[in-house]
Amino acid sequence: MTTNRQGIIEVVNFHKSFNNRKVHDGVSFYIRQGECLGLIGGSGTGKSVLLRSLVGLEKPDQGQILFKGKDIANYSESDLVEVRKKIAYVFQGGALFDSMTVYENLAYPLREHFHFTESEIGEKIRAQLLEFGLPEAEYLFPGNLSGGMQKRVGLARAMMMHPEVVLYDEPTAGLDPYNTKKIQESIHKMKEKGVTSILVTHDMPTVYAVCDKVALLQNKRIGEQFTIEKLKQDPQGPMTQFINGESA
Amino acid sequence: MRKALASTHFVKFMIEMFHFIGGVGVLSRDVFRELVHGRFYWKLLMEQIYQVGIRSLPLVVITSISIGMVMSLQFGLGLEKFGGKMYVPKLLAVTILREMGPVFTSLMLAARVGAGIASEIGSMTVTQQIDAIRALGTSPIKKIVIPRVLACFIVLPILASMSNIIGNLGGLIIGATELRLDPNFYVLKVITTSTIPDYLSGFGKTFFFSLFISIPSCYFGLTVKNGTKEVGIATTKAVVVSSIMILVGDFFLSKFFWILERL
Repeated sequence: MTTNRQGIIEVVNFHKSFNNRKVHDGVSFYIRQGECLGLIGGSGTGKSVLLRSLVGLEKPDQGQILFKGKDIANYSESDLVEVRKKIAYVFQGGALFDSMTVYENLAYPLREHFHFTESEIGEKIRAQLLEFGLPEAEYLFPGNLSGGMQKRVGLARAMMMHPEVVLYDEPTAGLDPYNTKKIQESIHKMKEKGVTSILVTHDMPTVYAVCDKVALLQNKRIGEQFTIEKLKQDPQGPMTQFINGESA
Repeated sequence: MRKALASTHFVKFMIEMFHFIGGVGVLSRDVFRELVHGRFYWKLLMEQIYQVGIRSLPLVVITSISIGMVMSLQFGLGLEKFGGKMYVPKLLAVTILREMGPVFTSLMLAARVGAGIASEIGSMTVTQQIDAIRALGTSPIKKIVIPRVLACFIVLPILASMSNIIGNLGGLIIGATELRLDPNFYVLKVITTSTIPDYLSGFGKTFFFSLFISIPSCYFGLTVKNGTKEVGIATTKAVVVSSIMILVGDFFLSKFFWILERL
């Protein structure tokens, strides 16, 4: 099923509950190719659950998740492999494999899904680390990296397969201004390459810096969805009230 | 009031039990299904064989030799009163081959390897590494579970066979030194009285025991949800459940192999 809006990702009437507690009650939104959407909302409103569902890490109780017009909501794990090559997920803490070096972490998706030689893999990894400002991290283990560096390595690993969509779960949470800026630059670079992005975040400066539009998850649904320009022109709306801390 | 509380606990326990049985069943099905389809990770299997097998060897050697020595001493002291000291080699060999070797090796592995598997996978679950494996288009069953299950399946029978030899060696040391039995007589008795069915009934059980260790341990690791505290709980559960399954399963498997021998 596709809609006339032709979103690369479209969520239709999404419902999800945990232990009889309803988290989402008919969430619907879409994002077009190359856009960057900021998904904001109070703590515990299920932003991360929604993001995880887009790549099949959670299954909806009801509703559709359309990726390029195909409903992937009930795909099996084996069917999701192809989807996951195109939709990358950047975890909040990086989720790096702690028994592997940074090099091995970045090599992981290449060794799993492509038939490159080791020297080709090495070249690609070194180029990627250079692009993400981590040229000296190659042989370090995740435990030896700072939180910011771990997130950047996580981001670099997610980009190794050249995805069409990147889902960021709190990419700048707990980072210093330098690392926040580095992450913002990386997201910008992805946008320039035409990659579609969805950011779950509480960090409004980052939303303003990188997003084209912003959606507020409130009362188990997407309450409002604005472009950044329109948001700035609506100082009295629920979204502005949420951003200013005047509502939960 | 107390009755109501007890029944609530019982209901909770039963629900958890059904969850466990269902979860282990689904995991076993997934392991079998993914084992026969797609890519196989030989390197990961070799790593796990090293972790499970080679690194468990000192523990198995110490346990086996100690058990052999203690049992030899106890049998010797007990049978000496009836003039039956010369039956120690035969009794000890059969007991070790059929029960003590396989069961004690499995219990040691449940403690060392089961705990290790549950805590490692549990930590990976908490730190979203299992999710990352899935998000990168790969299967945690193939990458994490199958190498551990297969490593246990391959290694445990070998370790149990080694344990049989080392246990009998421990018995021989005590037989020769404390019980004053002729070492040549002891060895000859062990060799002539131990039969292939004695060995096979113990050896066959270890394949089942390996599954009793690896699959519940992986299951408890994968189902950790709420942070690091649950990793500890999962580890304890893995060791307790594996040990209980080995001990309870041992009776039924002994009966099964006994029936097979009589056919």
